[in-house]
Amino acid sequence: MNKPFAVVLDASTSLCNKTGSWRTKRPEYITRLPPCNSACPAGENIQQWLYFAIEGKFFDAWKVMVERNPFPAVIGRVCYSMCEKACNRAITDGAVNINLLERSIGDLAIAKGWEFEKNANYPGKKILIIGAGPSGLSAAYFLKKLGHEVTIYDNHKKPGGMMRYGVPRYRLPNNVLDTEIKRIVNFGVKIICDKKIDDICAAIKEFDAVYIAVGASIALKPDVKIESGSNIVDAVGLFQKLENEDKDLPYLGQTVLVCGGGNTAIDAARSSLRLGAKNVKIIYRRTIDDMPANENEIGEALAEGIEILCLRTISKVDKNKIFVDKMNYDREASILSKSGELEILYADSVIFAIGQSVDKDMFSNIEGINVSENGVIEVDENMMTEIPGVFAGGDAISGKRTVTHAIAWGKKASNYIDAYLRSTKVTKPPKNEVITFKRLNVAYYTKNPRKNVFIPMDISFKEKDTSYSGKKIIEEASRCFSCGNCFHCDNCYGYCPDGTIIKHKDGSLEFNYDYCKGCGICASECPCGAIKMIEE
Amino acid sequence: MSSLTLGNRIKSENVTIQASRLRPNTISSGHRACQGCGEALAARCAIDAAYEAANGKIILVNATGCLEVFSCATPENAWKIPWIHSLFGNAPAVASGVAAALSNQKRNDIRIIAQGGDGSTYDIGMGCLSGMFERNDDVLYICYDNQAYMNTGVQRSGATLPFTRTATTLPNSKYMGNDPQTGKNVPQIAMAHGIPYVATASIGHIHDLEQKIAKAVQINGARYVHIHVPCPLGWGFEPSKTVKIAKLAIKCGLFPLFEAENGKVTKSTPIDEVIAVDDYLKAQRRFAHLFSKSASPDPLSFLQKIADKNIEKYGLKKGISNE
Ligand SMILES: Cc1ncc(C[n+]2csc(CCOP(=O)(O)OP(=O)(O)O)c2C)c(N)n1
Ligand code: SF4
Ligand SMILES: [Mg+2]
Repeated sequence: MNKPFAVVLDASTSLCNKTGSWRTKRPEYITRLPPCNSACPAGENIQQWLYFAIEGKFFDAWKVMVERNPFPAVIGRVCYSMCEKACNRAITDGAVNINLLERSIGDLAIAKGWEFEKNANYPGKKILIIGAGPSGLSAAYFLKKLGHEVTIYDNHKKPGGMMRYGVPRYRLPNNVLDTEIKRIVNFGVKIICDKKIDDICAAIKEFDAVYIAVGASIALKPDVKIESGSNIVDAVGLFQKLENEDKDLPYLGQTVLVCGGGNTAIDAARSSLRLGAKNVKIIYRRTIDDMPANENEIGEALAEGIEILCLRTISKVDKNKIFVDKMNYDREASILSKSGELEILYADSVIFAIGQSVDKDMFSNIEGINVSENGVIEVDENMMTEIPGVFAGGDAISGKRTVTHAIAWGKKASNYIDAYLRSTKVTKPPKNEVITFKRLNVAYYTKNPRKNVFIPMDISFKEKDTSYSGKKIIEEASRCFSCGNCFHCDNCYGYCPDGTIIKHKDGSLEFNYDYCKGCGICASECPCGAIKMIEE
Repeated sequence: MSSLTLGNRIKSENVTIQASRLRPNTISSGHRACQGCGEALAARCAIDAAYEAANGKIILVNATGCLEVFSCATPENAWKIPWIHSLFGNAPAVASGVAAALSNQKRNDIRIIAQGGDGSTYDIGMGCLSGMFERNDDVLYICYDNQAYMNTGVQRSGATLPFTRTATTLPNSKYMGNDPQTGKNVPQIAMAHGIPYVATASIGHIHDLEQKIAKAVQINGARYVHIHVPCPLGWGFEPSKTVKIAKLAIKCGLFPLFEAENGKVTKSTPIDEVIAVDDYLKAQRRFAHLFSKSASPDPLSFLQKIADKNIEKYGLKKGISNE
């Protein structure tokens, strides 16, 4: 250090002072699990596909969707959207319209004719799937992806199961369903319809594994006294006849009462209107806020003039006279009780939409496949029945009967079946910590309230077109907070007082711990909680 | 996605220089500022912006203070550009001299920036600064305002807020911290000189800071930019909160963001949602005595009045502009 009094120092010589030694806490880039992803029964990586959608990379977005769900256009129409209920943005200015975006990108895929990427055709095993509903088709798709040879048998005229026979067409048009099923066929899955298998045991011998995905096809009998001469209709039976263009539709009349609180009840009520009923009411045990049906569906039903009578149950149906008990509901304690007050309503028909159960007779003479008291097929923790190599899933084994859950079962089953065939075990990757609203720095997100799309439709079986295209998809996707996942806003890089973050050419970021003093500004100015301070 | 973050992976407009991979980094890592130092952050943001606006041709003159000490501890120097330090009180005079010398050599492409803390600006350097203003010397002066003499252990300056606790204004039976009858407002004093450009800025709003510096660099004559730089050590808050504290000061109105040309306010940055001064003050230990159980509410309402007055004077309520 031989410098004169008025010194001249060389530029940037401070770099020899490794201030990283001051640090007691180290920042690290992490990913936390966004609440939408965590809430999705099918485990879709929603945040990731929104990330691509924001960039206008719709094909990449779609590819992320179909990693978990081969039916984006269907799910974008019929899902209960648990993701939106969990969305952190719901706390500020309304959840991201995830469902509509999934539908829009799903529709784009149909319009563009996007197909699944064929993987290297290594010789897999032969698998039989019984039932071409959402669970069976999903399992087929995932097993095919794993390299297996898959055949599906279904006893209906057309494949689709509840997607076809449980949802009215104004909500899910045939061409959408048909195209998404066709895509699975193009992928190499063989579907044989109108095929009843009388002898499952014999069929099993021809295949290396079997997946039973027969759903729950028998309408539950309501716990209601029904006098003879009453006109009782079950919702799914009605849909099925409608779908098959059966001339022999049940008589509904002018005044229809629907019992239930899920989407099926709403579907039944709205279908009745479309079939000529003038006065349609839904009767539900709890309050309107407790209805499991989609908020949008409820809103549209109300707009069409359907009345929803809450806090009521039917106790007796005597021809067109319906005896109703008014209920008390304590949501906190989750106690539902009769208030003692009675009411009499009049209707030409009563439609019950209160759930389904498995067709027990189908398995009554098969040893090793047991249907439990509550109407589901019994399986072990690997989804296998007592017969080795015979698995069951979807509505047939579970009480949570939505299309989305069924798709999730299909994926799960594919993993267990594959593991069984390879004599390995399914390993579940550890789940990241879910990122809560508290961890976000929402000051960095511009206000942009959710726009609820609500186009009044004419009362017909035609679907109304609400799908977004290009610019609007980007706009809505851009509302995503990207919870727990870096979206390259560069706040950490720009705010570091010590300039310790290296920004690479591809935009990726790296801490240079030689100089990081551990102040933690990066972590507290990260909008999306993707930096964690770790004690050293 | 958002336009409020420093960068944006989709759009190239409305992003800061600080978000750019190719930013100049005029001050290098390895400097000795405390963890989370607002002054260190402000210096890089401001001088990087100046560097870009002047095509890399700037000379810095630094007054004594934290910035000088942490960026240049002989034999280590953090600066990548020509930089000179002389004394605590004479930075504006030295800068005036550098400007005169360069002008003599017809090197008007080189821009001169003098910089110092609030102590050097408000107190000991005031005479030199006023002279630089009054002669309209071609110098941009940047004041890094952390509202006390931080480098020597948090003594009061003319920029210290009323009722602040500092090493020399300890709350006692007579005073609740800094005497509210004291202090001055240098941005207003600068404006009173009628110089071409005066602006306030903050590390809580980097987009705005960069724009103001870029504008200031390109104007000829004397210019003054005053940057609010929270100091975790002197103010008493977690080093991770520096930017948050700066944002709170803006949001409550105690630190108004505005621009003035030739002595007149020409533009101010409206506050999205005004918050109470308490929310800002409570987050800092230098005001903790105002929130003790026995404390009189008067100091808080006094400070609230200052904020309210700022909001009115500079038109900071959204939708209401003063011009
Ligand atoms: C003439 C003179 N008096 C006192 C000092 C000691 N001294 C050095 S820095 C400083 C305070 C600087 O305060 P400020 O200008 O606000 O800068 P900060 O450190 O707060 O950034 C003092 C008093 C000095 N260097 N020279
Ligand atoms: S005392 Fe304050 S201004 Fe000085 S280096 Fe530390 S944080 Fe920065
Ligand atoms: Mg100071």
